[in-house]
Amino acid sequence: MPKDSGIGASSKRREDVRFLTGAGNYTDDINIRGQAYVYFLRSDIAHGRIKSIDTSAAESMPGVVRVFTGKDFEGVGGMPCGWEVTDKHGAPMQEPPHPILAQGKVRHVGDPIAAVVADSLEQARDAAEAIDVDIEELPAVLDMKAAAEEGAPLVHDDLKNNICYDWQLGEADDDKVNEVFSNAAHVTTLELVNNRLVANPMEPRVAVAEYSRGTDEYTLYTTSQNPHVIRLLMCAFVLGLPEHKVRVVAPDVGGGFGTKIFHYAEEAFCTFAAKACNRPVKWTASRSEAFMSDAQGRDHVSKIELALDADNNFVGLRTHTYANLGAYLSTFSSSVPTWLHGTLMAGNYKTPVIQVNVRAMFTNTVPVDAYRGAGRPEATYQLERVIDKAARELGVDPVALRRQNFITQFPYDTPVALTYDTGDYNGTMDKLEQAADFAGFPARRAESEARGKLRGLGVNCYIEACGIAPSNIVGMLGARAGLYDAATVRVNATGSISVMVGAHSHGQGHETAFPQVVADMIGIDESMIEIVHGDTSKIPFGMGTYGSRSLAVCGSAMVKATEKVIAKAKKIAAHLLEASEADIELKDGQFTVAGTDKSVAWGDVTLTAYVPHNFPLEVEPGLEETAFYDPANFTFPAGAYACEVEVDPETGQVTIERFTAADDFGNIINPMIVDGQVHGGIGQGIGQALLENCVYDENGQLLSASFMDYAMPRADDVPFYTVDHSSQTPCTHNPLGVKGCGEAGAIGSPPAVVNAVIDALQSGGKAVDHIDMPVSPSRVWAAMNS
Amino acid sequence: MYNFEFKNPSTIADAVAALAGEDAQALGGGQTLIPTMKQRLASPATLVSLGGIPELKGVCVEDDGSIAIGAATTHATVAREVADKYPALADLAGHIGDPAVRNRGTIGGSLANNDPAACYPAAVLGSGAAVVTNARQIPADDYFQGMFTTALEEGEIITSVRFPVPQAASYQKFLQPASRFALVGVFLARFADGVRVAVTGASEDGVFRWTEAEQALNKEFRPDALMDLRVNPMNMIGDLHGSKEYRAHLVGVMTRRAVQACI
Ligand SMILES: Cc1cc2nc3c(=O)[nH]c(=O)nc-3n(C[C@H](O)[C@H](O)[C@H](O)COP(=O)(O)OP(=O)(O)OC[C@H]3O[C@@H](n4cnc5c(N)ncnc54)[C@H](O)[C@@H]3O)c2cc1C
Repeated sequence: MPKDSGIGASSKRREDVRFLTGAGNYTDDINIRGQAYVYFLRSDIAHGRIKSIDTSAAESMPGVVRVFTGKDFEGVGGMPCGWEVTDKHGAPMQEPPHPILAQGKVRHVGDPIAAVVADSLEQARDAAEAIDVDIEELPAVLDMKAAAEEGAPLVHDDLKNNICYDWQLGEADDDKVNEVFSNAAHVTTLELVNNRLVANPMEPRVAVAEYSRGTDEYTLYTTSQNPHVIRLLMCAFVLGLPEHKVRVVAPDVGGGFGTKIFHYAEEAFCTFAAKACNRPVKWTASRSEAFMSDAQGRDHVSKIELALDADNNFVGLRTHTYANLGAYLSTFSSSVPTWLHGTLMAGNYKTPVIQVNVRAMFTNTVPVDAYRGAGRPEATYQLERVIDKAARELGVDPVALRRQNFITQFPYDTPVALTYDTGDYNGTMDKLEQAADFAGFPARRAESEARGKLRGLGVNCYIEACGIAPSNIVGMLGARAGLYDAATVRVNATGSISVMVGAHSHGQGHETAFPQVVADMIGIDESMIEIVHGDTSKIPFGMGTYGSRSLAVCGSAMVKATEKVIAKAKKIAAHLLEASEADIELKDGQFTVAGTDKSVAWGDVTLTAYVPHNFPLEVEPGLEETAFYDPANFTFPAGAYACEVEVDPETGQVTIERFTAADDFGNIINPMIVDGQVHGGIGQGIGQALLENCVYDENGQLLSASFMDYAMPRADDVPFYTVDHSSQTPCTHNPLGVKGCGEAGAIGSPPAVVNAVIDALQSGGKAVDHIDMPVSPSRVWAAMNS
Repeated sequence: MYNFEFKNPSTIADAVAALAGEDAQALGGGQTLIPTMKQRLASPATLVSLGGIPELKGVCVEDDGSIAIGAATTHATVAREVADKYPALADLAGHIGDPAVRNRGTIGGSLANNDPAACYPAAVLGSGAAVVTNARQIPADDYFQGMFTTALEEGEIITSVRFPVPQAASYQKFLQPASRFALVGVFLARFADGVRVAVTGASEDGVFRWTEAEQALNKEFRPDALMDLRVNPMNMIGDLHGSKEYRAHLVGVMTRRAVQACI
């Protein structure tokens, strides 16, 4: 019987009531009396030297409050990067400045050159058109390999080249790796592109800032996944403001997918301008601006080699990746192709020798940073594609080849720095085979063929490192932040509870799932618990939401804080029941004395905590506890996915007929929310695999600059999914045994789709062993006919 | 968007008079024009709405059996009202954009704009329809003059479009994955006196008639009749959604499918 409340129940998402009835409060809904509007004049040139900017005409235009250029920010810090990567020679990465408004040069189309603050947005735009900017165009650096060459034009004149770092992980001894490969019975090599993506959350970015001269306090409302991180970065590194005078609020946020983690120039600008203009200042990105200013995702070019012995055991793996960072280092950009990518190259397999090489490049494109999965999809895609290719080359069943090489003993230390605590990859694959009905595939293929279509089945596994992250480990690896989280459980006098959490919900359903945990621990109804998030003036210092960390890290802090609350409540109950604290039990919202029928209700204890007439003298009144939680390890959700496609051999059109996901997320709090997270992730993965592509032309102009050319997945591009998360090996090191489910779908699905397309084409006798994503009709047709 | 004057005439004559003003532009459903203005890529001084002119709206059957569609008739109305009279045309109209676009966008706006990937131009050229304006009647073969270019004079407005009804017809649209306009769209109409094949989405010269295919089909109306025909890729559009060769190939596939649908 499915539960109807508490842990394991598919409680309906309470936040949806406001979202679905138009009662949400998004940043753009916030309007402050007297606010002025910002319009950013952005570069329409990918790379150029600014010779002059004349703002005099603009300044005298109607409604203009003030015009800002890079000059106004000389002496103000630039946008910081939160992770220092050390290259393979032990040197720190090259870290160029990232000014709020361009200084000296423009480095990508969309780079802000000037900002106009005016009474209305249209007036600001009018004035921006009157700004006279003289830019000497320079050759744009776009191709990553060319950018790495000696003598290539420099994106940043002060750096020695365009290489941010040359990084390596795993086996450092090249000779040893070479030996593994030369002794191998079979080597499969694949070169592939992980296509650049634009996250495109439904809500574009917005920032509204106000400054009070009376109190010297700032408030920034912003579309962020982590308001405390924004406050810290902006105060400490950019504007030099005292943290206690700055409040950052991320109200309802309409999707983030990673691109709203980062601290953006526009946020710092609005905060700065609010004081400089002594007026509240508002900026709302247009969709076009989002395309050229939101950090983009992926964009790797890789070569991967897999060595197998005569029994088809994986004996070695080597990768060489070029990772595009764009023109500037966005907040966590440097960590994505390295510690979030290289560490995942072992996948679910016991390959003994692994060497990962990553060269991160500056180019004249929009900065690239974490996008749903962040590094892990890039790792999974390479690995699961090369394994599939190897199986085809060797004529063995791709599933059997995977099973043969699965890690089966836990904990398992990979050769690329991680320790997997638990998993059951064969068990999860068993679930997939059942749920996806592998047995029925031949009949379905025959049916498709009868209609003139090619049908393919693609399977792959994935593993991800989530619950980011143990602070001591990431600190060692270069993170400039801790990655714990925090929760305060405030019990009100009448027994209801407000839980203030550092995690931020922007679609994940925390407001529903988190109360399920606390409700179960105390034995009261979920509706008595409310989650408060997104406002630095209300919540404890938490690191926010990304990396499938909210429940595993912040949820663990919440459990710890709730445990503290219960421990204190037991003291009070013991006093009221005139019993020993050790004998008090809490069940179904009742404190009882073990072995007796004496009891006192939750609400009576909480009331006593705030009306402490009859109270233990050694206990403080009130009932409110805070806990911070720093995880001991990452969590390792893993799974196996299967995709069935049909290919129209005449047009190359691919349609997804079935998609099945078998995931091991450990324990599950709300199965319906987990289904939803997986559905959304797979939707984005299918988007990457079939449709989405961010393309620049040779001059650095963004060709896919709107939805007319950037293909987002629509409802009819995706099938009804089958999602099975009954394979559960609970995480061994967090109190809930949860692993995280937010990114799995996006990580696990692209290789399944591409493997399926290749399977379909080969079944039709086409000698095609790889097509780069997006596997669009034109690419499939070209591959079939080349 | 820049500021502009807005005029809402109720007769064709008033609209034409208003359009004679400096920098005046007709407004149909605004599905193309308004986004362009919002991006500040167009800045008419006056917008003359055609949406309030009853004579420009609706569908009727003429004495000769042809269908006349008022220029300000929305795609949704066409999809509904010609469903039994000219199913292929209704099918085309019913698959333009999304419901919001179909409830605002008009046949006149689409034809005046003549986007090289738009659907209606294929139907008009494929049917051998006539574009009727406030001043004259323009045969389809003379109306389309290349991408975003038509025979319309400055200030001339389309008032209606007259479609002869074929014995059989089919519109085969292969979607551009992002915009869902036609990457290649083929409108094929079979009349007693011959077959017409019009192709949209594919050519750098905008919608065109594939005359070789028409001749082959006039001899023998079956898909295989086209097997040996190729469209020259040279004048095809090549972009991030498909190469010239791919579009040329799709013209063949979509035309064969249109024939199949008419048998
Ligand atoms: C999301 C989206 C998807 C779309 N998908 C498709 C698609 O799949 N296929 C397709 O064919 N189209 C598609 N369109 C375009 C749509 O059909 C538009 O409606 C059409 O292109 C313009 O028609 P309109 O009535 O909106 O014209 P407007 O935008 O109002 O005007 C367009 C131009 O025509 C002029 N004009 C308007 N009416 C007249 C007239 N009667 N006489 C002379 N000039 C006139 C205007 O001055 C302007 O220059 C799509 C549009 C959008 C926004």
